[in-house]
Amino acid sequence: MNGDIVLQLDHVAKVYGEDPPVHALRDVSFSVRRGELAAIVGPSGSGKSTLLHIIGTLDRPTSGVVRIRGVDAAGLSDAELSHLRAGQIGFVFQQFFLAEHATVHENVADGLLYAGVGAAERNRLAHEALDRVGLTDRASFRPSKLSGGQRQRVAIARALVGDPAIVLADEPTGNLDSTTGASIMELIHELNAGGATILMITHDADLAAQLPRQIRVLDGQVVSDVTRAAAS
Amino acid sequence: MSPSSGVRLHWRDGLRIASVGLRARPMRAALSALGIAIGTAAIVGVLGLSASSQAGLLAQIDRLGTNLLTVEGGTRITGGDAHLPREAAARIEHLEQVAQVAHTALLRRDRVYRSRLTPVTNTGGLQVRAASANLLTVLGTGLARGAWLNDGTARVPVAVLGATAARRLGMDRIHAEQRIWVGGRWFHVAGILRPSPLAPDTDVSALVGYPAAREYLGYVDVRDAQLGGAPGSIYVRTERGHEAAVQSLLARTANPRSPSEVAVSQPSDVLTARAAAAGAFDSLFLGLGIVALIVGAVGVANIMIISVLERRSEIGLRRALGAMQRQIRTQFLAESILLAVIGGVVGVLFGILATALYATSKGWAVVIPVEAWLGGIASAILIGAVAGLVPAIRASRLPPTEALRTV
Ligand SMILES: Nc1ncnc2c1ncn2[C@@H]1O[C@H](COP(=O)(O)OP(=O)(O)OP(=O)(O)O)[C@@H](O)[C@H]1O
Ligand SMILES: [Mg+2]
Repeated sequence: MNGDIVLQLDHVAKVYGEDPPVHALRDVSFSVRRGELAAIVGPSGSGKSTLLHIIGTLDRPTSGVVRIRGVDAAGLSDAELSHLRAGQIGFVFQQFFLAEHATVHENVADGLLYAGVGAAERNRLAHEALDRVGLTDRASFRPSKLSGGQRQRVAIARALVGDPAIVLADEPTGNLDSTTGASIMELIHELNAGGATILMITHDADLAAQLPRQIRVLDGQVVSDVTRAAAS
Repeated sequence: MSPSSGVRLHWRDGLRIASVGLRARPMRAALSALGIAIGTAAIVGVLGLSASSQAGLLAQIDRLGTNLLTVEGGTRITGGDAHLPREAAARIEHLEQVAQVAHTALLRRDRVYRSRLTPVTNTGGLQVRAASANLLTVLGTGLARGAWLNDGTARVPVAVLGATAARRLGMDRIHAEQRIWVGGRWFHVAGILRPSPLAPDTDVSALVGYPAAREYLGYVDVRDAQLGGAPGSIYVRTERGHEAAVQSLLARTANPRSPSEVAVSQPSDVLTARAAAAGAFDSLFLGLGIVALIVGAVGVANIMIISVLERRSEIGLRRALGAMQRQIRTQFLAESILLAVIGGVVGVLFGILATALYATSKGWAVVIPVEAWLGGIASAILIGAVAGLVPAIRASRLPPTEALRTV
C-alpha cells in the first residue's frame, strides 16, 4: 500500500490583503504519498511557510482544495480541523516551541493531549517516541537543560508521538549549527525509513538535495517537482 | 469520539493546563491574586467578627442570666434624686419568687487613691461602695485575683477592687503590701474582680464590707440621711420565668409610700441590645473589602491580558497540536478563575485566622458564618470568570498562523 495519498493540493492559491494583494501562493498542485520524504525548497519569501500552514490546516487557502487523507479541509469546522490536526498532522518548528516548565517527557506526551488519548497511553507512547529520537535518558529533564539539537529531537518526538499521517517540519535545522543540523537530518531519514511521511521546508538547496523528493517554489508557484529514483 | 463535538480533556489535564501560567510565574500570580485575597479576608473577617462578638455577647447573657433586676432610687416628684428606704432590701427578700437579694451602697464622701500623696482631685472616677456578702453570687461576677470579702475581712479595712478600678490603679496582682488610701486610712486589697456586665457600677468601685464601712467610713449617720444608711442599688435574682411578676412588685415593695420614686431595671436588656448591634457588621470595612475585590479583579484581568500577549507561541503550538478554539478559551478562563480562587481561599483563611485570634482573645466562640466563606469563594470564582472572559476570548480568536509567527 505504498501508493496511499495522504496529502493532495489542487490549484491552491493564497492572497494576503487587498491593497495591494500579495499573492503568496498561486495555483499550487501536488500530492504526497504515504512514506514519502519530501522537501519544499525555495528562497525567502517564496511562500514556503504559507504553504506549510495551509497544508497543516492552520490557515485556509483563498481558493483551491487541500485534502488530508482524502478529506477536504475546506468543509470542516474549527473543531473538526482541530481534531484532524490532533490525530493526523505533526508539526516541527524552527523555534522548537517546547514548554519550559514541563519535562521532556511531558512535552512529548502533550503531543497527544488534544487527541483524546488517555494519560497512561500518552505516557507509553511518549516513552516510545523518546526512544525513537534517542532521548530516553533525558525524559525527566527540563528543555532548558538540553542542547539545541536535543530540543529539536524532543519537538520531533512530540510531532511523531501520535503516529500522524504526515509530519510537517518548517526549517527544522534553521536554528542549529551544521553538525547538529546534520544529525537532525539523519534522524529525519531514519524516521522516514521507519515509515513516517515527512514534508520538510527549507531554503537550503543542499539540504533539500539530500531528500528523495524536492518541490521547488518561487514567488508562490511550484517551479519543479523532482523525485529521485529510489536507490533501493 | 465524534470530531465535530471535539475531544474533551480529562479534568486533571484541564487543571494542569489551567495552572501552566501560574506555575511559570508564581510571583506574578501571587501578586495579582493579592487584591482578591485582601478583599476576601476583609469581608470574611468583618462578617466573622460581628458574628463572633454577637455569639460572645449571647453566651455572656446566657451565663449571666436575664433574671436579674436592679432596684435603685429614682427621681423625686419634686425633683432631685430619691433614695431607697433602709428596709427596702429586707422587704424585697420576703417577696415570693425572689431567689436572692444583694445590695451595695455608695459612700459619697470617700474616694479611692493609690497612695496618701495622691492629690485629692485625682479620683480616677473611682468610687467606694459597701457591698453585701453575697454580691458576687447574685451578680454572677467572677474573681480575677485574690479573695472576696468574708465575715472577717468585711469588718476590717480591706477592699476588693472592681475590674476597671484595679486597672486604673495599676494593680493587676494581689500581695500583702497591696493597699489603697480610702477615707484617710489604708485599706488592704484582698481581691480583684472580673468585669461585671450586669452591674457596671461595681467595675469602678472599691468594695468594702458594711461593717467596715460603718466602722471606718462613717456609713451610718443618723443626723444626715444623705450620707447613707440605705442601700444605693439592690440586685434581685428572681426565679427563672418570674422576672415580669417580680418586676411589677418591686417598686411598691421597696418604697410602699412612694413607689414612683423607685427605678427598676433589667440590666441584661442592655446586653441584649448590644448583641443585636454587634450582629450588624461594620459596613465601612465591608465596603473596603469590596473595593479591594474590585481592584483585585482589575489586577487579574490585567495579568490575563498580558499573559495572552506573552504566550502567543504557546497558543499557536496548542492549536497546532489540535486544541480547538473552545479549549484555548477554556484554558485561559480556567487560569483566571484558578488565580482568583487561590486569592479567595487565601483570603478566607486569613479572614478566619483573624477572626479566630480576635475572638479567642476576647473569649468569644469563633463563629464564621457559612455565607461569609462560601460567599468569599463564590465571589472569587465570579471575579475570575469576569476578569478572564475578554482575555480568554482574545486568546481563542488569535489565528494560529499569527500566534506562531516569531518576529
Ligand atoms: N499574514 C501575512 N500578511 C501579508 N502577507 C504575508 C503574510 N504572511 C506572509 N506574507 C507574504 O507572503 C509571502 C510568502 O511568505 P512566507 O512566509 O510564506 O515565505 P517563506 O518562503 O516562508 O519565507 P522565509 O524563508 O523567509 O520563511 C511573503 O511575500 C510575505 O510577505
Ligand atoms: Mg518561512
